[in-house]
Amino acid sequence: MTATPTIGTETEKNYLNHQHGLKSWLLTEDHKRIALLYLLSITFFFFLGGLMAVLIRLELATPAGDLVESNTYNKLFTMHGVLMIFFFLIPSIPAVLGNFLIPLMIGAKDLAFPKINLLSWYIYILGGIFTVYVLIVGGVDTGWTFYTPLSTSYSNGYVIATGLGIFIAGFSSILTGLNFIVTVHRMRAPGMTWFRLPLFVWAHYATSLIQILGTPVVAVTLFLLVLERGFHIGFFDPAYGGDPVLYQHLFWFYSHPAVYIMILPSMGVVSEVISTFTQKKPFGYTFIAFSSVAIAVFGFLVWGHHLYVSSQSAYAGMVFSLLSYIVAIPSAIKVFNWTTTMYKGSVRMTTPMLYALGFIGLFTIGGLTGLFLASLGMDVHLTDTYFVVAHFHYVMVGGAVMGYLAGIHFWWPKMFGRMYPESWSRLSAIIIFLGFNLTFFPQFLLGYMGMPRRYHVYPPEFQVFNVLSSAGASVLGFGFVIPFVYLTWSLFYGEKAPANPWGATGLEWTTQSPPTYDNFAVTPVVTQEAYQYSTEEVAHVG
Amino acid sequence: MSNPSHQSVETHDEHHVVPVSVYIGVFLALIVLTVVTAWVATVDLGAFNFAVAIGIALFKASLVILYFMHVKYSDRLTKMVIGTGLFTLVLLLFITMTDIWTRTWMGVPGR
Repeated sequence: MTATPTIGTETEKNYLNHQHGLKSWLLTEDHKRIALLYLLSITFFFFLGGLMAVLIRLELATPAGDLVESNTYNKLFTMHGVLMIFFFLIPSIPAVLGNFLIPLMIGAKDLAFPKINLLSWYIYILGGIFTVYVLIVGGVDTGWTFYTPLSTSYSNGYVIATGLGIFIAGFSSILTGLNFIVTVHRMRAPGMTWFRLPLFVWAHYATSLIQILGTPVVAVTLFLLVLERGFHIGFFDPAYGGDPVLYQHLFWFYSHPAVYIMILPSMGVVSEVISTFTQKKPFGYTFIAFSSVAIAVFGFLVWGHHLYVSSQSAYAGMVFSLLSYIVAIPSAIKVFNWTTTMYKGSVRMTTPMLYALGFIGLFTIGGLTGLFLASLGMDVHLTDTYFVVAHFHYVMVGGAVMGYLAGIHFWWPKMFGRMYPESWSRLSAIIIFLGFNLTFFPQFLLGYMGMPRRYHVYPPEFQVFNVLSSAGASVLGFGFVIPFVYLTWSLFYGEKAPANPWGATGLEWTTQSPPTYDNFAVTPVVTQEAYQYSTEEVAHVG
Repeated sequence: MSNPSHQSVETHDEHHVVPVSVYIGVFLALIVLTVVTAWVATVDLGAFNFAVAIGIALFKASLVILYFMHVKYSDRLTKMVIGTGLFTLVLLLFITMTDIWTRTWMGVPGR
């Protein structure tokens, strides 16, 4: 196939050339264009947050605090956390891939509330502006968790502006979740019953439940924090008659389930990718679907495992510990089912598949080390050490980001009508996998040896592992730049993508690449379950 | 269940017309209950001070949700959504309170 220098082709009408001009993008109500607005925005915040990570790892290459001062270091890890969690990970897969794909996957023309969809992006940008403002005027130094009374009484940073930025961005997340839930309930094509839905849609439905039920709590919590800091109204600071542990309860009631907002959509991507590249129906479809909902529900009952070393009751700790172990069960169901799906499958090691396999391995390590932290005794030793940092990066980067990259590569041909260069993408997937492990595995050892998190000066005996980690971070950072370059290149010079380059099932692959403005020429009628791969299809695709 | 995708969501909503008298009645009930809340705060009911105040507040909130937010006339799915939100709030409050209720059970060494 020959490369042409434009995205899509002018002869073929699609959502990209349906209308032209900046206004047509900024006022669009098309879910696919809004997804691309999100893609651009979260990519900006990802690299901004990544810049903070580069500076953190540079500082930690030596035991002395020789690159930045303590205050600056505190601001670096705080801004890294705030940007990556609230402005990249939370919106990443739902707002980009979910927005683009859910209507296509269920045979709908758009989401249920297109205007609210656009509004959610503007709200997100407004929240982002607050955060960038904070970054420019001096930053905030409390850590992304904003623990009281540091955040309300002692911090000199811009706590109120950051809190308001996250408060505002939270509404964007709520609106996205609301849109997805109503869309899945009301907009399914004829014949698309609940148990014919792709597992990606089930995962997003479960994610949306958390977004709607959990996000208002963190919004209220941050609002109370702003009231206490700004007007000295006592909620959390004992000096004003408050309870600092109450803050931790309220904060983690959202922020633990928020981890599942990040990981569940990734799990949805992995289900699709593994099914496609093994040409098999996922083993235990119903179990995978319901395990997403189970993770969403149980995820709301485990927040107290972040409070073991606060003054939380030991009895409450025991219950939270037990519940935290229970949430591992639906996660394990997924891992076992994906693995079983591959058994005797026609496995193709494409780039999305490499990322999906990376997800399974890294998420398993991240999840199992979470059990260490969920146990009451072990956690006392490991709390606030680098073990925790390594654990949640294995979940959030090894899990959520790997899933995001798998999804971006898998659906890139559908989104832009162009193929990416396979050899470059495989190479970068391997570089990212190696760089990631070199960065974060040494941090497990550092944490176990006792190195606390959030310090930029450390004893010399920790330097070996810190140097390994910083070296890994440079490999990882390089790895992330490669896809950015070749994906941008592919927009203009990539091979033209057919409607279904992977031989996948699913309604989104039945329409042209990139899809038309209306998604489908006629509303599809679904007559069979999802993932009906046959031996004939394998022969065609292979 | 299986709507054609091009149909708008609104076509399936049925709007129940509520007489204005009901709204006025609910409004007056809310005013009266606000006065009762203010009055009962001046009466010492001992252990029931908190329970009575919260009880009146919950009743007022229920009136707003049922009538002003039309939940009384909505379908079962809408009621389930409201119920799920309230249940989540109860989880938050109840589990947080179990921490506070049981904090002193074990005692503090040295105290």
